[in-house]
Amino acid sequence: MKTRRVFVSLPLVAVLVLSASVIVDAQPADEALGLLKKSCAGCHSGASPAAHLRLDSAEHIAAGAPMGPVIVPGDSAASKLIIRVSSPDKATRMPPMGNGLAPEQIALLRTWVDHGAPGLPKSDTVAKVQKLWSYIKPAEVTPPTVKGPVRNAIDQFILAKLESQGLTFQPEAPKEILIRRLSLDLIGLPPSPKEVSDFVADSRPDAYDRLVNRLLTSPHYGERWARPWLDLARYADTNGYEKDLQRTMWKYRDWVIDALNRDMPYDEFTIEQLAGDLLPNPTIEQKIATGFNRNTMLNEEGGVDKDEAHFEVLVDRVNTTSEVWLGSTLGCSQCHNHKYDPFTQRDYYSMMAFFSHTMKTSKDYGDTSMKWIEPQLDLATPAQEDKRKVLRAKIDDLEAKLKTSTPALESEQGEWEQRTLNAKKDWRPIGDLKAHALHGADLTVSADGSIEASGQNPREETYVIEGKLEGVESLRGIRIEALPAKSLPRGGPGRDVYGDFTVSEIRAEMMSDGKWTPIEWSRELSDDGRVGGKQLWTVDATRDDVRIPRQMVLVAKTPIAVTGPVRITIRQDSEFTGQSIGRFRLSASSVDDPSTIVKVRARFWPILAAPATDRTADQKKDLSAYFRTIAPSLASARDALRGAESDLDRLGIVTAQIMEETPGEGVPCDNIRARGAFASKADKVCADVPEFIMPFPADLPRNRLGLAKWLVSPDNPLTARVAINRIWAQFFGRGIVETAEDFGTQGERPTHPELLDWLAVEFMHRGWSMKAMDRLIVTSNAYRQSSIAPQEVLNADPYNKLISRGARFRLEAELIRDFTLTTSGLMNPKIGGPSVFPYQPDGVWDVPYSNEKWTESKGGDRYRRGLYTFARRSAMYPALINFDATSREVCTVRRIRTNTPLQALTALNDPAFFEAAQAMAKRVEAEGGTSTKDRIDYAFRIVTSRAPTPSELDRMQSWFDKEDSYFKSHSDEAMKIVGASSSGDAASAASWTMLSNVLLNLDEAVTRH
Amino acid sequence: MQDLKRLTRRHFFEQAAGFSLGSAALATLTQGEAFAKGFQYPPKAKSIIYLFMAGAPSQLDMFDYKPVLMKYDGQPVPEDVIKGERFAFIKGVPKLLASPHSFRKFGQSGTELSSLLPHLSTIVDDVAFVKSMHTTQFNHAPAQIFLNTGHQIPGRPAMGAWLSYGIGSENKDLPGFVVLLSGENAPDGGKSCWGSGFLPSTYQGVEFRRSGDPVLFLSNPSGVSGESRRRSLDLLKDLNTSEMASVRDPEIESRISAYELAYKMQSSVPGLADLTQESHQTHEMYGTTPGKNSFANNCLLARRMVERGVRMIQLYHRGWDVHGASADGDIVNKLTELCRETDRAAVALIKDLKQRGLLDSTLVVWGGEFGRTPMNEARSGSKFLGRDHHAKAFTMWMAGGGIKPGVTVGKTDDIGYTIAEDPVGVHDLQATILRLMGIEHTKLTYRFQGRDFRLTDVEGQVVDKLIA
Repeated sequence: MKTRRVFVSLPLVAVLVLSASVIVDAQPADEALGLLKKSCAGCHSGASPAAHLRLDSAEHIAAGAPMGPVIVPGDSAASKLIIRVSSPDKATRMPPMGNGLAPEQIALLRTWVDHGAPGLPKSDTVAKVQKLWSYIKPAEVTPPTVKGPVRNAIDQFILAKLESQGLTFQPEAPKEILIRRLSLDLIGLPPSPKEVSDFVADSRPDAYDRLVNRLLTSPHYGERWARPWLDLARYADTNGYEKDLQRTMWKYRDWVIDALNRDMPYDEFTIEQLAGDLLPNPTIEQKIATGFNRNTMLNEEGGVDKDEAHFEVLVDRVNTTSEVWLGSTLGCSQCHNHKYDPFTQRDYYSMMAFFSHTMKTSKDYGDTSMKWIEPQLDLATPAQEDKRKVLRAKIDDLEAKLKTSTPALESEQGEWEQRTLNAKKDWRPIGDLKAHALHGADLTVSADGSIEASGQNPREETYVIEGKLEGVESLRGIRIEALPAKSLPRGGPGRDVYGDFTVSEIRAEMMSDGKWTPIEWSRELSDDGRVGGKQLWTVDATRDDVRIPRQMVLVAKTPIAVTGPVRITIRQDSEFTGQSIGRFRLSASSVDDPSTIVKVRARFWPILAAPATDRTADQKKDLSAYFRTIAPSLASARDALRGAESDLDRLGIVTAQIMEETPGEGVPCDNIRARGAFASKADKVCADVPEFIMPFPADLPRNRLGLAKWLVSPDNPLTARVAINRIWAQFFGRGIVETAEDFGTQGERPTHPELLDWLAVEFMHRGWSMKAMDRLIVTSNAYRQSSIAPQEVLNADPYNKLISRGARFRLEAELIRDFTLTTSGLMNPKIGGPSVFPYQPDGVWDVPYSNEKWTESKGGDRYRRGLYTFARRSAMYPALINFDATSREVCTVRRIRTNTPLQALTALNDPAFFEAAQAMAKRVEAEGGTSTKDRIDYAFRIVTSRAPTPSELDRMQSWFDKEDSYFKSHSDEAMKIVGASSSGDAASAASWTMLSNVLLNLDEAVTRH
Repeated sequence: MQDLKRLTRRHFFEQAAGFSLGSAALATLTQGEAFAKGFQYPPKAKSIIYLFMAGAPSQLDMFDYKPVLMKYDGQPVPEDVIKGERFAFIKGVPKLLASPHSFRKFGQSGTELSSLLPHLSTIVDDVAFVKSMHTTQFNHAPAQIFLNTGHQIPGRPAMGAWLSYGIGSENKDLPGFVVLLSGENAPDGGKSCWGSGFLPSTYQGVEFRRSGDPVLFLSNPSGVSGESRRRSLDLLKDLNTSEMASVRDPEIESRISAYELAYKMQSSVPGLADLTQESHQTHEMYGTTPGKNSFANNCLLARRMVERGVRMIQLYHRGWDVHGASADGDIVNKLTELCRETDRAAVALIKDLKQRGLLDSTLVVWGGEFGRTPMNEARSGSKFLGRDHHAKAFTMWMAGGGIKPGVTVGKTDDIGYTIAEDPVGVHDLQATILRLMGIEHTKLTYRFQGRDFRLTDVEGQVVDKLIA
């Protein structure tokens, strides 16, 4: 540990070399340096050298890596460079490609080092560089003095930079724009026209602050701010990967909404999600919070190794935790030491160790595979609990009843057996047989009346058999027995490699008045195999160790008087290879119900045929269990059992996925994995944190709770900065550090470093209150500026990085849905609950080994906010994904905004969006006054919160008039546009619908500005 | 105004509004986030048609003939061969399994194929076979995602997304990366197989659907005629333009052009998808029926897309997972059916491209996500013949687009368990495909979370033997 501390606290970034005076005095030095340059400098050179180690010049070689020197002059055994080039282990050997250096090259380097490494400058003349800004604890900063208008310190920092460029703030945005901006930012919903006019009319000096207070205390605040957090938490309603089965996760989502609404301080918010279960006497809510790290994907594919799958879960937990709280790309160190930041592989697996001892149990998936399953909280209400007890008792009773043997049941079974055996006597073999095949097989009739196929076995084959019905006057049924035979593959009864067969069609005719007359069947029944579908009768004998006969019975529509011989045609047209019947026998019956013979499964015939005394115990058990599934006297018990089981399923007891620690295991440890490969276990490491960020305090427990407390320690340089930067980005469209996910050397530098530090310190001073920080930001002048600015300002600050004007950016996917539902009046404002299934086109869900269907929600659940839409990772809701929502497979800190034709098609044509246009049209007609002009004005206000300019109004008015007259002469189109539910003037309703559709697609509609 | 456009990063998105994104890669998302790429080599192929046989075809029953397996059929596999191996489903010591299908040599190249591929056998001299493919993943979803994105865990961009990002599309009116599905289901890896990962979502594969609108939400709502829609878009454009005049945010112009492009797609896409425009002879060749969802229809659709300049068309046909656990998933019946569903149309596609002079500039790739074991799986004692997942060796084939015709690269050992010669890994395949498209695989990078990511991760060697 000691040496490590030295290494990690060493600086990084660039290496400054003070001394350039190097004496190169010997030929070995030239050769050694040349070799390093040739073999190593391909990667170890330039501005971003591999492992921060440059080997392209003597100065850089002497400077070593951030981890320390790589050459100890005079001691090759202690020189990391020599150790690595001579390593026998491919995983650590350098160079990694090919076979490494030749033995003589290694010898050359070793000799050179042992001779004092001539040619290298002394390492103490090489300067050490500074620690990266983000790894130094933010200091208290005094806001600078500025000339421009200041409401709070934020303005001072922003203005200082603007003024240094000769710029200042833009004037405050108009009040109607401010309320729209605030509403969208704080609660994610647009204001109603009345809210806008009330605010505009509110001349009290604190009107703005009152509005901010109202929005911050709205229960919709939590929904809006849960949105980005759920991206971080990679929240979804399914497990991901192949089957992508559903999970019950929404309790965690509701926990987030609630915590945000209550303004739970960010430190608590952190601790409960990472380690709520480890708090003293944790509440149910605190346990639900640990669902944060249960949002990982779960690979349930059949052949997956459970330990490998769980390793991937742990990898995701480490990566997510470091991205969310540290803004650090620790994920890079899964396979190797971080190339740019001072994270080592040891850091990575030490961090992983915090998650290594959580509770999990092995579950058998039935398909020979096992998976690790993590704990689930059962949240039955007392009423559900009572019902469950009753149902379980009922099920136990019924199961017992079905198992219990009674004399009455025994005798019922005895009668059934006798009846079944007697049915055999109902059948008379068809005699005097003549048989031939049409496509090449040879058919041979045996003395026992069976017919066997041999020779060719084509894919399409038809057997034609003629024979006489003996002892049958009135034909009620024909039976085909497919029989095993030694000569057939695996003993038959079919001819494919498994002994299976497929019959496509069976026709029968009877000779009557010298003509073959077809016999019509009412039913085709089989004791085994599949009947119907693409083929008439498919028998799969593959699983049978001992081959047994199978039977099919064709039941005549009406009794047929026997007038002559019969001709039976068995057509076999397999989709695959030759699959004809190998051996079979035909018989006929005249009993009223010829189906009795096939009412018992084929495999029970051998048992039935044996006298009860000769049956084995297993056979007896098997037969009696089977009888209980068909015994008429037990029918009501069977129905009751099925009913109780489905009642139990339908109780709808909610569950939550949680984390728990395996008790009594001490400090959790895990292994480093060479190159990140799950199976390549290397050194054991125990729970620890990257010390260069902040050493792990001695008084904290080495478990997840300790990790969470370390993250939110006031001395942690990253957590507050990373969190406040993300909050900032929600208001300004970009973070002060634009790469909100990476505060490392490869991330962007902060545009306003002092502001970021000031905000981070302020955040902690204000007790980690997120609402306090929101209020601080939205009450600044910086935030309240108009987003419209003169051309010079646009030229001077094209990306608005200086915040020279109000921010302007498109709404996020979920908020576009929320906006559309709200303006149309369709929105169901219900908060929380199970995820919902709004309209989605057919066929979006089509996942292997899963029958789960998108079943559209009924009623108000079709109009819920976007964040409640069921999130299936392998097939996300199209209208969201088209607007840059993510598939929640991994943690996403920042969505990249795009602008595509698919978005246009979605917002114009998605039936869910068009339904909103129809509803908005009705709202406009009902609420927007009577004149067309007033209504247009109202519609425009609903969407933009402002009045249209005169020219906009004119344009819409003239457009509307043309539309109206068009639909008057195209009433069929108008009726369709209006939809079924409307009455009254269809042309006018259609015109309002089309206008609403246009307005909902306006740039200004979907933009927050 | 021009100054601002030049300066503003959002200008990038104006170009990104279309599907023609060649210049997008030249712009930067944030400074240092994206790197200018484009071509490093003269491209040999302009388009790729990738026939992804999801579920993993059984190479030992189709391509890789092993007489030794005939000899030892039913014998336990020597224990040292499988020592320390992990299989998806096989437990204990499995038995070797000979192919129930017969093999013959075809063409001047003398390529061996089984009786399951009567059509492919007629064009072996136009095709390059790689018998030494190997991968690291032996479960479907991770393996498919690995083959498509270069990493086994969902979340990275697929090859088509990389191509759209790097070199854009030849057709502004159509997506640069289109996905067509047939067979039992969507592939196991789901939409992650064609996602854009951390690249902007503009680059994701656009799924042409099996039924209804070929592209989601392409049709106007009921009652809205083309004429009506045009009038609406005119109003929308006017209102957006007036906003642009006062706000001067280039994002607005970008949105205006996105709507215009959407309008164009409403006529170009249905025309593209309308297979009734094809001749009787063509339908005969492919075995296509307009209006049906089939692999054959998708092959024909792919050719029409290549003609229109779509960069990458990926067809998925799922169902090849012949474990032999049941009657409808074995190497006797199911594999025969799958070959019948795909062989004719895939070969028709090559012949059709060739006769139209498009084969030289179109790379056709055929293959699954891994191979299948030389041993019978016999899951839970199943008596159906089938093979388990096998990552160590499988076969793919390619044609056109700068591929050397008639060659076979690589060899497996006597039982087809390991690779004996010229191993080709997934990243090697990706590097080779990118090279044929004119891209050096180490140069097509995107900076995300502090790291320059690329399709081939940290590996990949171009397979020169495959290149003409």
